[in-house]
Amino acid sequence: MAPPLIELREITKQFPGVLANDKVSLSLKSGEIVALLGENGAGKSTLMNVVYGLLSADGGEVLVEGEAVHIRSPRHAIDLGIGMVHQHFMLVAPLTVTENIVLGNEPTRGGVIDFKQAREDVREISHRYGLAVDPDATVRDLPVGMQQRVEILKALYRGARVLILDEPTAVLTPQEVRELFAVVRSLVSEGLAVVFITHKLEEVMSVADRVVVMRDGRVVGETRPSDTDTAGLAKMMVGREVVFRVEKSPSTCGDTILEIEDLKVLDERRLEAVKGVSFTVCAGEVVALAGVSGNGQTELIEAITGLRKVTGGSMRLKGVDITHTAAREAIAAGLSHVPEDRHRRGLVLEFDLMENTILGDHRQAPFAKHGVLDFKAITEVTRKRIADYDVRTPSEHIKASSLSGGNQQKLVLARELGRDPDLLIAAQPTRGLDVGAIEFVHNQILAERSNGKAVLLVSLELEEVQSLADRILIIFEGQIVKEFVAGEASDEELGYYMTGGGGDKLSSGSEEVMTDARAED
Amino acid sequence: MPELKTEHSTSRLAAVLRELAVPLVSVAIAAIIGSIIMLIAGFDPLAAYAAMFKGAFGGGRQIGETMLRSTPLMFTGLAVAYGFRAGLFNIGAEGQLFMGGLSAAWLGIVLAGMPRPLNIILMLVAGAAIGAAWAFIPALLKAKVGAHEVITTMMFTYIGRYIVSWLVTGPLKAEGQIPQTNRLPVESTLPKMHEMLPFLTPSRVHLGFVVAIILAFFIWWVLKYTSLGYESRAVGYNPWASETGGISVSATTIKALCISGALAGLAGVTEVMGVHMRLFDQFSAGFGFTGIAVALLAKNNPIGVIAAAILFGGLSAGGGTMQLEADVPQKVILIIQALIIFLVAAEQIARWVIGWTDRRGATEHAG
Ligand SMILES: Nc1ncnc2c1ncn2[C@@H]1O[C@H](COP(=O)(O)OP(=O)(O)OP(=O)(O)O)[C@@H](O)[C@H]1O
Ligand SMILES: [Mg+2]
Repeated sequence: MAPPLIELREITKQFPGVLANDKVSLSLKSGEIVALLGENGAGKSTLMNVVYGLLSADGGEVLVEGEAVHIRSPRHAIDLGIGMVHQHFMLVAPLTVTENIVLGNEPTRGGVIDFKQAREDVREISHRYGLAVDPDATVRDLPVGMQQRVEILKALYRGARVLILDEPTAVLTPQEVRELFAVVRSLVSEGLAVVFITHKLEEVMSVADRVVVMRDGRVVGETRPSDTDTAGLAKMMVGREVVFRVEKSPSTCGDTILEIEDLKVLDERRLEAVKGVSFTVCAGEVVALAGVSGNGQTELIEAITGLRKVTGGSMRLKGVDITHTAAREAIAAGLSHVPEDRHRRGLVLEFDLMENTILGDHRQAPFAKHGVLDFKAITEVTRKRIADYDVRTPSEHIKASSLSGGNQQKLVLARELGRDPDLLIAAQPTRGLDVGAIEFVHNQILAERSNGKAVLLVSLELEEVQSLADRILIIFEGQIVKEFVAGEASDEELGYYMTGGGGDKLSSGSEEVMTDARAED
Repeated sequence: MPELKTEHSTSRLAAVLRELAVPLVSVAIAAIIGSIIMLIAGFDPLAAYAAMFKGAFGGGRQIGETMLRSTPLMFTGLAVAYGFRAGLFNIGAEGQLFMGGLSAAWLGIVLAGMPRPLNIILMLVAGAAIGAAWAFIPALLKAKVGAHEVITTMMFTYIGRYIVSWLVTGPLKAEGQIPQTNRLPVESTLPKMHEMLPFLTPSRVHLGFVVAIILAFFIWWVLKYTSLGYESRAVGYNPWASETGGISVSATTIKALCISGALAGLAGVTEVMGVHMRLFDQFSAGFGFTGIAVALLAKNNPIGVIAAAILFGGLSAGGGTMQLEADVPQKVILIIQALIIFLVAAEQIARWVIGWTDRRGATEHAG
């Protein structure tokens, strides 16, 4: 029998105060899809970063096709046929697809990059693996799903035989997820091996050949999808039963907290991204904004949170006009914001957990008095947040960049929910969280609701929308095209409207706006 | 996890050592390369370094001279470091320094006859204010229209230098041939330190050194323990997250560049009040620019700036003795300085020599 493509033997990795990998062994055979599962901070990314040469292990060995190797760098890993797509892509945005793919490995002729050859190569591999892309498109202009494809092609172009995908589906729409899985299946049928890390158990059930579960840096179990179900997987991961559907009492709609009227907002390219949106959120209610990404959600949220200029319409928070206020006043007025991109907007990665905990409240008591920070109070609150939200960390002194992805998200949630806001705006609040943490955060959001707080939820996860929302607003091309009361619509129906299917059935009010928009084009 | 407490504090110590390692190793490598160059050129590096050390630290006068030369570098080093912390490259510290010097040369005459402590305080405050003002327009341009501060502060440096040139040759020129301002009355100057610490006699080091040290600790405290410093650092690291957290990026940018300008202005004030007692065209030996190197070597840490400034001050103080006693041209000092800057900037070389690679623990988290 041929040796496995990759074999890990007792890999150990120690970070200050954390044993991230504790004698982890794992092998990968050609033609198999292995799902790596585990709680936030279990050590999945660390293990894969060791394989990809980004981290060097403190113990154990890596065998590539039966031969022990010391993987020194990603460059070396690539030479050994190992490719990795990180959750946060590492593409060069202003360059084209072709340029990104061949970067670092350019075909040359007489010392000059042979772009014609490069384009040919890109076309060839994209054809061979069924990964359609436009080789001349600029990466910046591509949707996330496409960018991910470019990352995968980049790995394949360099001859990857083992492909590591770290939470590849976290940012994808259900449609993009299906496409990704088709690609992954075709790759393994060509003899590659694929490891993917995910927190979505249905995905594991539908695509994996084998499931390896990690907890606290150790492999705690291995199974096949055919031998288990999602509940079983969850139990293996967390060590207890997980309730997937949260209990929800009927909504008690109180005072109107947020009122948006005919709001118009431009995007980066100065095109109208939000084209006259109106809605309200009342106290004790969760309103979900559902839509395919890129339909104006980001701009809408940035407008409400004071991060983007409004070009038309008005917004009121608790009756006070906030149409033109900056983020600082919005926060002071009782607004909390869980941004969709935690690395860009949610955290200062170089700051430690204490400094991140006070972001937004760093001028006020109890964190500051007369402009001087009170680290005693800060430490106390940070420790409490860490404990309440189960942020896995050796101490509050470490940098946010050293937390695992899911724990970074928990830190943002702890800060924003801990502020006790009147209005919570949560964009993809559970992105990257494990099932246990999702359950906790969902309960937390519903607790806010029962405390009479207003919640505006933006999520790509229909399941999340369905289980939390009292009302669902469907946003498509910058307009609210449909509104549902909780439980009224199936996922299919939501999906239909999200992709523009409801164009003809618009209510008269929105129709007017629609005509306006067309007139502008 | 409280049981990890001790492990944690040792790891903090390790972190501090790790921070120190790169600058220290860079300096060491620079010294080694410097000696190789001297060997090739036919000089004796050991004799050269010995003479240099003697010239910099060999006695009270030498120590005083090193302190004197490090003083303006502490101010400009702090200025550049504060800017860097907020993500701003204040390359124009030299211009702010000139304006600080100008204000002192003028105000010192105006305040003639007033009590000395009052004059000192007023002149320091005024110099800081005009340094800040000189940085304010570039700051405003940066905050409002995004004009890059490297260009604008540099342009303001030219403007500042030419204004000074013009004033010392014309309107503010003292009697006589030399283009310089009138000598400041003694009540408008900084006391010499040997008046308090006799072992420094007869060095020219003045009270500005103490002001600089106190200010370094103050800036360190501001950065770490105040909302203002917190906002500066936040914007420097991640303006998007700062904005989301309610920090005004443009206001913070303006504040930070003005603070930087104020610190640079003080360099000019103390040079005029403590060393030259007057203003002339060449009163700064490029301190604003050397401040960039000082900040780099200090890795923008205000306490590190003290050490880096003393090193650079010592190099320049010891250079003369080296030339005299070991017969090695003073220019070697410039080579060593350049090497230090190069090695600190290309940090990877030092890391490689230290034998770590970036991969050990320091990697940014990707998941
Ligand atoms: N660069 C680092 N420095 C210090 N500690 C780190 C670093 N990277 C990871 N850790 C720690 O190692 C542990 C494992 O982290 P890892 O990122 O592997 O978790 P994960 O399983 O990928 O979790 P998630 O599902 O949240 O992404 C965590 O406790 C984390 O805090
Ligand atoms: Mg991870």
